[in-house]
Amino acid sequence: MNGAKSLDQLGVGVRARIAAIDWAALDDGDASRLRHFGFDEGVAVESLHAGPFGRDPLAIRVGRMTVAIRRAHARAVRVTTEAV
Amino acid sequence: MTPPPLIAVAGNPNAGKSALFNALTGARQKVGNYPGVTVERHVGKTILPGGRPVEVVDLPGAYGLDPTSPDEEVTRDVLLGKQAGERLPDALLIVVDASNLDNHLRFTLQLIDLGLPTVVALNMVDLAKRDGLELDAARLQKELGVPVIETVAVRKRGLDPLLAALDELLLSPRLVRAGEGPSHDPLLLQLRARDIAMAAIVSETPVRRLTHRLDGLFLHPVAGPVILAAILFVMFQAVFAWSAPPADALEALVTGLGTWIGGALPDGILRSLIIDGVFAGVGAVIVFLPQILILFLFILLLEGTGYMVRAAFLMDRLMSHAGLSGRAFIPLLSSFACAVPGIMATRTIADPKDRLTTILVAPLMTCSARLPVYTLIIGAFIPARTVGPGIGLQGLVMFALYLAGIIGALLAALVLRRTVVKGGGGAFMMELPKYQMPRLADVALGLWQRAMIFLKRAGGIILTTTVILWALASFPQAGPGQKQSDVSIAGHIADGIHTVVAPIGFNKDISLALLPAMAAREVAVAAIGTVYSLDAEDEGQLQTLEQRMAGRWSLATALAFLAWFVFAPQCISTIAVTRRETNGWKWPLFMVGYLFTLAYIAAGATYWTAVAFGLG
Repeated sequence: MNGAKSLDQLGVGVRARIAAIDWAALDDGDASRLRHFGFDEGVAVESLHAGPFGRDPLAIRVGRMTVAIRRAHARAVRVTTEAV
Repeated sequence: MTPPPLIAVAGNPNAGKSALFNALTGARQKVGNYPGVTVERHVGKTILPGGRPVEVVDLPGAYGLDPTSPDEEVTRDVLLGKQAGERLPDALLIVVDASNLDNHLRFTLQLIDLGLPTVVALNMVDLAKRDGLELDAARLQKELGVPVIETVAVRKRGLDPLLAALDELLLSPRLVRAGEGPSHDPLLLQLRARDIAMAAIVSETPVRRLTHRLDGLFLHPVAGPVILAAILFVMFQAVFAWSAPPADALEALVTGLGTWIGGALPDGILRSLIIDGVFAGVGAVIVFLPQILILFLFILLLEGTGYMVRAAFLMDRLMSHAGLSGRAFIPLLSSFACAVPGIMATRTIADPKDRLTTILVAPLMTCSARLPVYTLIIGAFIPARTVGPGIGLQGLVMFALYLAGIIGALLAALVLRRTVVKGGGGAFMMELPKYQMPRLADVALGLWQRAMIFLKRAGGIILTTTVILWALASFPQAGPGQKQSDVSIAGHIADGIHTVVAPIGFNKDISLALLPAMAAREVAVAAIGTVYSLDAEDEGQLQTLEQRMAGRWSLATALAFLAWFVFAPQCISTIAVTRRETNGWKWPLFMVGYLFTLAYIAAGATYWTAVAFGLG
């Protein structure tokens, strides 16, 4: 896949679409919370802000919501910046 | 008599559920607890347009019927009729954030599938419009198959049609939808939700959202932390500066009342009980109501505006070094007001070990009950002079005490995460809701509820302990040439405690205050007030409590006493809530043990250092 990277590598202000989520890399609770926030294949995401210390956590716009997640979890989300 | 119909208000967090609940029920609400858990139960009453009285219960916000926290469990159990202490609701009011349809509709669909008579409040339509979103409520109603009413809870808009719709629901015979029942396939639900949202959105104009612009400032890598520090600084300044006039007025009122009643009563036991027990004891505590309310005002505003979550975002990384998550920031900041709601707020921390650690260190945050103790000691022993432009020495000492609590908590968390609470953790996931102007009435209501809780405490626990202490301190009565605090029963108990705490510089007065202060920290002030008030009659001189203390305590002792209160877990309510939240005695006992040990060491170290510098 061209332009595919993990969500934590997405630059601030760049829009992308979720290509795949490695649910197996997340524990059950974390996975179900991500689902509750609307993380899913095909959903539009944008990295909005990064935390002041160590650029962690990240503020991600997912659909119409903004959620904070740590880089470690963002790593499980593959995004594509193509055809957004 | 059959109870009035019960309407449950449910919805996602940040949908404006509580604002709508407040708008519907006004001040006619009760805050309680569900049995066995510390999830708060907010219930209120209202009257529907047809004249029918109904009960309304505000369920904890949830993302779905598959709970990820104790709060969400209560929501699910109430809606399935399985929650102890709650009947199955007769109707359901679902609150949906108009600008977050795709996400909120998923839970809405689950809720509708439960088959209860349902109305949907399409809330915050004004903010959706501000974000360039135009919605078709009629289309949404058609897609969902239940009445949809547009509302703006904080402006009380749409309430009448909402009540009318509820009235109609309760009038018509109960309709339970036959069919598939609750659908649990998350993928299907999500797709349905997205399709319906798409259908209901008429147009979307991209605008630069206010929230986004504000976040650009508040979450800025440099400005963000600076603003957070400034807000916290202003908050603690305000607690002391703004509270002085009302506190002085309250004190004058209490003193005036005491003098007046004292003058009207004949000299004797009853007069002593009322003046030395009730007025000197409870009065000493009541005057701190303004400080506590100002602190809660800030916390309610920070929560109501949506800033509190941003603070958690900014702090997450730093707190992760102490083995905590940014989520812990909110409970810990609340613990500055009181550890009890702080510990209860840890329920939103998903990871059990993160949560346990947060609970164990929450009592280290300087709660408002310590303020009476700190303020009294600082007022008596620290000179009111400035050490720099606008910086008072007294304020600086207070700041140091707060700081000691925070550093103590972070170090304790660090050690706990590497020893008794090992493993797990590493998660921080939370929604960053839109910024909002909180409604003044909602804030006022929250403050009112806190004030009542505080006054009930003062009237209950504090009054009881003070009166018992007064009795113990009054008998047997001192003969000529004896000091009342030496001969009384309390004096003898204090002698016992004194042998343990003498090495860390505590005198007999403190020893006497420590035991009743287990009920609540501020009782220490009430206790010292009562004892000195009894003694003062022998000394025959009128002095303020601060003057009396300054004459009897050394500076080293006073500082040691302050250090003790930074750590000592002197609060039955905190111990009780910890037992409830951790389901057993193991963790509360551990907490009491490690905190008393820290308190003893800290007070001892302070005392001997001060003595070494010639302050003994």
